[in-house]
Amino acid sequence: MNTEKLFEILSDMHQTMEQEKDFLTELDNAIADGDHGINMAKGLAAVQEKIEGLKGQRIGAVLKSVGMTLVSAVGGSAGPLYGTAFMKAGMLMSDKQTMDINDFLACMDAAVEGVMARGRSTEGEKTMLDAMIPALNAMKKANSENLPPKAVLEAGVAAAKCGVEYTKTIAATKGRASYIGERSIGHQDPGATSFTYLLDVVANAI
Amino acid sequence: MVGIVIVSHSEKLASGVLDATKIMADGCPVAIAGGADDGGYGTSYEKIRNAIESVYSKSGVIVLVDMGSAVMTAEMVIEDMGYGNVLLVDCPIAEGAIAASVASFCGDGLEEVKNQALSAKTEAKW
Repeated sequence: MNTEKLFEILSDMHQTMEQEKDFLTELDNAIADGDHGINMAKGLAAVQEKIEGLKGQRIGAVLKSVGMTLVSAVGGSAGPLYGTAFMKAGMLMSDKQTMDINDFLACMDAAVEGVMARGRSTEGEKTMLDAMIPALNAMKKANSENLPPKAVLEAGVAAAKCGVEYTKTIAATKGRASYIGERSIGHQDPGATSFTYLLDVVANAI
Repeated sequence: MVGIVIVSHSEKLASGVLDATKIMADGCPVAIAGGADDGGYGTSYEKIRNAIESVYSKSGVIVLVDMGSAVMTAEMVIEDMGYGNVLLVDCPIAEGAIAASVASFCGDGLEEVKNQALSAKTEAKW
């Protein structure tokens, strides 16, 4: 993946979030403050404006800038969380012109670590991590079996989808949804869902 | 005086807390970062950064936050600004801000102002 490809992926991410905005907001309305879809679409729209000025930059600089834009533009928890994820990836890729599957997995590792630290959270708390961590583990496993990059990403998407299903079975203990606690059981987590969409965009683009 | 910053998802809530601090400590440097950039419900990195900057002095600043993205965004701003004397305090914003602004106005240092804000978390109301 080079910077051009990354721009394409970011544009697809924006389109996907625009399409899924209402659904994500509906999910968020059920258990929290109902801004997730709107915020994700707003953040990725701001990224689209920003990347106009980033043509020709290294991949790490672009990722970092995407992260900073999300932090500034989103206004909800997705801002600092996805922002941290992209910034951590950007720091790791700072001297790279292109990104291969091993780089991508290293970025995901850094992103998961960043999200855990920023949100002071871990697996099983009904958050985006419930999709991110299983996806990362499945991708690492598929990669170690020497599957091609697209198959590795598809394995990640499948695991993330299972993670989203899993969030329906557990109570939220982090974030605003923790106020409704046990009553959140039965609802899928919006953050885990949006992460799955974003990973799916990457898988489709590779 | 130690500066105090109130971060809330709601602009009205933040400005209400600011008003409440003025009753007992008018003159204490208190700034607010209320709502998202567009004025709607949410958190703004920019507003938090500007609020901290506006009350910053060598005495330091404490930052009180309501929840969720306010906590995480304030944390990122504080890390990015790199001052050693800007502290995030985990306490109720209204009671914490009143306790802290009185302490700051009376000349207490950063640690004591922080502790006064923290006391709002555990002090029984009756």
